Amino acid sequence: MASTRTPLQRLYGAGPLHLLVVFASLALVAYTVSVLGFGELWDPDVWWQSIAVWFLGAVLLHDLILFPLYALADRLLGASLRRRPAPDHSIGVPIVNHVRVPVLAVGLLLLLFFPGIIEQGGSSYVNATGQTQEPFLGRWILLSTAIFSVSAAAYGIRSMRTRRGSRT
Amino acid sequence: MWQVRIGRTRVDAPVRDNQTWAVERDGASFDWAIVGVDAIKLDREGSRVDAREDPVSPSYGFPERLWRGIEENRPPGLDPRSWRSPLRGPWLTSVFGLVLLVTLPLVAFTGLLSYVAYGTQARPEDVGWLHLPLFDWPTDPSWLYRLNQGLHVTLGLVLVPVVLAKLWSVVPRLFAWPPARSVAQVLERLSLLMLVGGILFEIVTGVLNMQYDYIFGFSFYTAHYYGAWVFIAGFVAHVILKMPRMIESLRSRSFREVLRTRLADTRPEPRDADADGLVAVEPAPATVSRRGALALVGGGSLMVFALTAGQTIGGFTRPFAVLLPRGRDNGDGPNDFPINRTADAAGIDADVVGTDWRLTLSGGAGEVTFDRASLLDLPQHTAVLPIACVEGWSTTQTWTGVRLRDLAELAGVDAPEGADVTSLEQSGAFNESALNAGQVTDGDALLALRVNDTDLSLDHGFPARIIVPAMPGVLNTKWVSAISFRSA
Repeated sequence: MASTRTPLQRLYGAGPLHLLVVFASLALVAYTVSVLGFGELWDPDVWWQSIAVWFLGAVLLHDLILFPLYALADRLLGASLRRRPAPDHSIGVPIVNHVRVPVLAVGLLLLLFFPGIIEQGGSSYVNATGQTQEPFLGRWILLSTAIFSVSAAAYGIRSMRTRRGSRT
Repeated sequence: MWQVRIGRTRVDAPVRDNQTWAVERDGASFDWAIVGVDAIKLDREGSRVDAREDPVSPSYGFPERLWRGIEENRPPGLDPRSWRSPLRGPWLTSVFGLVLLVTLPLVAFTGLLSYVAYGTQARPEDVGWLHLPLFDWPTDPSWLYRLNQGLHVTLGLVLVPVVLAKLWSVVPRLFAWPPARSVAQVLERLSLLMLVGGILFEIVTGVLNMQYDYIFGFSFYTAHYYGAWVFIAGFVAHVILKMPRMIESLRSRSFREVLRTRLADTRPEPRDADADGLVAVEPAPATVSRRGALALVGGGSLMVFALTAGQTIGGFTRPFAVLLPRGRDNGDGPNDFPINRTADAAGIDADVVGTDWRLTLSGGAGEVTFDRASLLDLPQHTAVLPIACVEGWSTTQTWTGVRLRDLAELAGVDAPEGADVTSLEQSGAFNESALNAGQVTDGDALLALRVNDTDLSLDHGFPARIIVPAMPGVLNTKWVSAISFRSA
């Protein structure tokens, strides 16, 4: 079987198109960094305010913290719901998505709008807008309350319908 | 129960009843066949799943011993069986991929266009070949920049749930062992780092910038611009390399069928079409249908749209942007619309804009100066124009003032090629702006003195500010002290 592979495939591991595309891609990255200036990637005074740190940090934060955290939370949610004995009348209406969906929605809002919610960047915010970030925390909490309430109401209605349906 | 070898250790591999592939039949390749993920890729009929790859041994690049050695030394904890979601699979990934393939180029393109719109004021200044063909940014239609930035920012935010879903759908690849079997795969992974790092970096810097959170410390313009090019490099390569697989996967099931399939009937995608190992080996029962997952992601995008678009569209939709700076109520007065920099922050106080204030025009034979009263005596023009910020928000107001082309004539420049505007502001990054010829000669390009039938407030640039149709907001200099017209 190995004999069907071209010398390039044996050496490099893929065909010529792959080689071209990947090299062109990495060359563009190299050019971009060279125009920016390699030194610009790193801030020797405040290391964590370096572009390189934020670039790699964004990946690590997502792949090794955000993803494992929400995956773990979902496993725990699933496990805790399975352990709970289901009361007869709730058969047919799993609650899991009525928890998942609002948590994800509220989490997404926090992820996108946390600077206002935790009032980070106060002085530049005031300089730009002439206002403060004071209302955002309250608004986010209100929104979250609304989202959870809607989800709970939807669960209630679905459960009732199922119960009525199973009685008839 | 099966005993299989992974690396040098023997582990139990539970085999399902309907998986009848026999060791005896594959006897010769037994040793490798159960190494790592590939053991799993044998389908129910017992034949090798992936038609693209060598069915007898995984193909390694040079040097083969190195790659084989890496594969055999799987670190503990990286067990492909730990991925449980029954929804992961090439079809779902390809749906997210298709959405991003159509939309992300629009986000990138509008971003690069914005760089052109800044003209000679563009930041970062010298970007080599890394820009679209440069042209004089037009003034017509007046909502051009508003549309451009509204699209860039709103679409960018709306796609965040899709990006996160796409990353979720391919995360088993990140932890797959071996990470590579050849130089080709190492380089492709590197370009994927550029893709994923690029998109996340652009999201993070963009999201922080639009909320005036400059915790990152470096220049937003510089970082967001070069970050975009790194992203583009990774994106284009990924699209070219994965396009055939995406098309093939999308054809593997009907979208309509998925929309009709309920939770109870939701099954994992077949493993025999899964060359990338996305489908779970031991999937848990589905707790959400495929259409439910799509609705969840789409719903997330819709929610972000509902909470964002108001800052661009304005009017009755503005208050819906409850979590954004530009959804806030500024009051009902004629000057109560959003600003981008307060007079206080710009170091402008009442003394410098009092009766001593003069506007100096130059470019012709000599300098001409005006006080505010004499500017108000000149022919006044009123225009309803949006002012749109790079951050995506915009607001449309009724501006009144002197046409820039009239001022050019008063300065003694008949056919202005452009103008350089200076503000009273000493320190700001945009205390000067350079206008192109069209931006000076457009009939609605004004040195505004009034807005909504009243004097400009100090925060909006009293005594006089520039307002030019379709020009990036920050170039509409406030607290103007001098205009120098360039002649041919």
